Amino acid sequence: MKPSNELSIRSRHVKSRRTASNLIFGLGFLALALIIAPSIWIVTQIAIKALPHFSLSVLTTPGVGLGGGLENEIVGTLLISLGVGLLAGTVGVLSGIYLSQFAQGPSAGVLRGASEVLAGIPSIVIGYVGYVSLVVGFHWGFSLGAGLITLSVMVVPYIAKTTEVSLRQVPTGYIEGAEALGIRPGRILTRISIKSALPGIATGLIVALAISIGETAPLLYTAGYSQNLPHLALTHSPVGYLTYAVWTFYNQPTKSAQQLSFDAALILVVMILGLIGTSRLIVARSQRHAETAR
Amino acid sequence: MTTDVSERLGDPKTPNQRFIAPKGSSRSVPRTLSSLAASLPLIALFAILAILLVQSYPAVKFNGFDFLRGSQWRPGNFYLKPIVTNGVLHPAQASYGAWPLIFGTLVSSLIALFFALPLSIGAALIVAKKLSPQLRSTLGLFLELLAGIPSVLFGLWGTVTLGPILSRDIYPLISKHAPDVFFFRFFRGSTGAGEGLLTSAIILAVMIIPIIASTTRDLFAQVPKLAEEGAAALGLTDWEVTRRVTFPWVSSGIIGATVLGLARALGETMAVAMVSGSVLGALPSNVYATFTTIAATIVSQLDSSLTDATGLASSTLAEAALILMLVTLLTNIGARMLVKRVSTTALPVGRGV
Repeated sequence: MKPSNELSIRSRHVKSRRTASNLIFGLGFLALALIIAPSIWIVTQIAIKALPHFSLSVLTTPGVGLGGGLENEIVGTLLISLGVGLLAGTVGVLSGIYLSQFAQGPSAGVLRGASEVLAGIPSIVIGYVGYVSLVVGFHWGFSLGAGLITLSVMVVPYIAKTTEVSLRQVPTGYIEGAEALGIRPGRILTRISIKSALPGIATGLIVALAISIGETAPLLYTAGYSQNLPHLALTHSPVGYLTYAVWTFYNQPTKSAQQLSFDAALILVVMILGLIGTSRLIVARSQRHAETAR
Repeated sequence: MTTDVSERLGDPKTPNQRFIAPKGSSRSVPRTLSSLAASLPLIALFAILAILLVQSYPAVKFNGFDFLRGSQWRPGNFYLKPIVTNGVLHPAQASYGAWPLIFGTLVSSLIALFFALPLSIGAALIVAKKLSPQLRSTLGLFLELLAGIPSVLFGLWGTVTLGPILSRDIYPLISKHAPDVFFFRFFRGSTGAGEGLLTSAIILAVMIIPIIASTTRDLFAQVPKLAEEGAAALGLTDWEVTRRVTFPWVSSGIIGATVLGLARALGETMAVAMVSGSVLGALPSNVYATFTTIAATIVSQLDSSLTDATGLASSTLAEAALILMLVTLLTNIGARMLVKRVSTTALPVGRGV
């Protein structure tokens, strides 16, 4: 075979490999577009349906039958997410501290595994168990308390995991430096480890808040639903929340009910966007801090 | 060849070893308190399992093994005098079979995975390899948004917008041109009004894409530059580098992320309840037909199950929940074992904003 011929075969081979590569990455761009499209589509669809008839009075009037406003649901959602933040936040952060600082050997693996398995249980299963045990078994009725505990069981694993991971990423130098200065271990934990892990812990809490704002299935049969403004009673007093409004009003015959469904959807989207924005700010700030410190 | 590269460069994991408190503080208050908190998930796990077992016991005894095979869903006649069978008090003519629910759960999730996996990997590849960091972070926002959107909003989008569009413009085309042979037969026939198996699977795919795509993207970012650049320097094209260096490096992580996505799809409730059509007691006749899943059935039937004074209906839902929990647990644990055998990289937890 003549060398020039061989060269042309080889260059053709290279060309076809290049084409294959470009083709596949082209398909990748298509996939990227297909992934981005739904999020834009969902948000704009909700905005288009909700905004033209949106009035601020929706925020300040409670629901009446199939009409009225969403004040009770908004207050309920805020109350539920605040409560979950406190309850699951405390348990989750403590659990993350234990797993990162104290846990050793096989028991640590068991605890970590249990937490991960718990995160994998479908929310409706947890909701059913919450209903059977708290609402019926403990005679709490549909109530804030039952909803809070059920949701907390769902989100504690997320908070524990992010806390554990961010505590482990605290630079060893910080801790060794503090030890060299003779600072007590407890103080190192609170003043140095937790402080520098704070952005990570906060992001975990934000994920938990986003879940508690957006969940429906575990709340339907634990928190129940009410059109009254929620009281602070933990038991025997059902609470309304925004996702419930979306779920019940969208297929009602009246226009005002469907409008309420989309209004609730819009408020949910705004809340979620706010949380995403906050978590991005925290991450950006902590990165800037880390860069200037270095 | 690629394994050699990865061995030489070491495993990309664990930023630093953890700090273990000295012995003196072993019985301190923070330690006791935090160990208590850390054991709560384990306690909750056992409590959930125990409650489900106790609750479902009458239904397990009454429904027997036929529960897994039967496809009827008859709560019975509440106006007749309840009867005792197998030591269980139940309404007359009650009979339950969960096969359509189990089938619906598995098939809708698998179809969702079929859509979500290639899209997620393709998109993650582009984000990790072809985009500037600035653009990467902007596009990450959309993934975070998709992960953060509540599932009722996916359901709303599915019933109000996507389902009608698909059943009007897309499904009739597929239905008309699908050949009448073994597998493609299920794509023929009536396309319905947009509520059904295929629409639900597409919605589920959109919901699990953020889990798979964001994990895969992060995995791609962890692959050492040196190995990839070395391969590129040898004259490999971008795709060849990806296939021979990047993929082997992250494959176990992708399997883990995929199975986590699958577990999420299996347990998804609200969106499916809104888009599936929630038909009890029958298998879907084609991919467009209405159907139901275990999770959607629990959420839509719990209310009416309370009218069964014997408690059998509620107990049957507990049995269904138990099956769902076992399926998702096996999926999760299977993924972890699979990944542990291949590498020690820890699996990420579920979803995230």
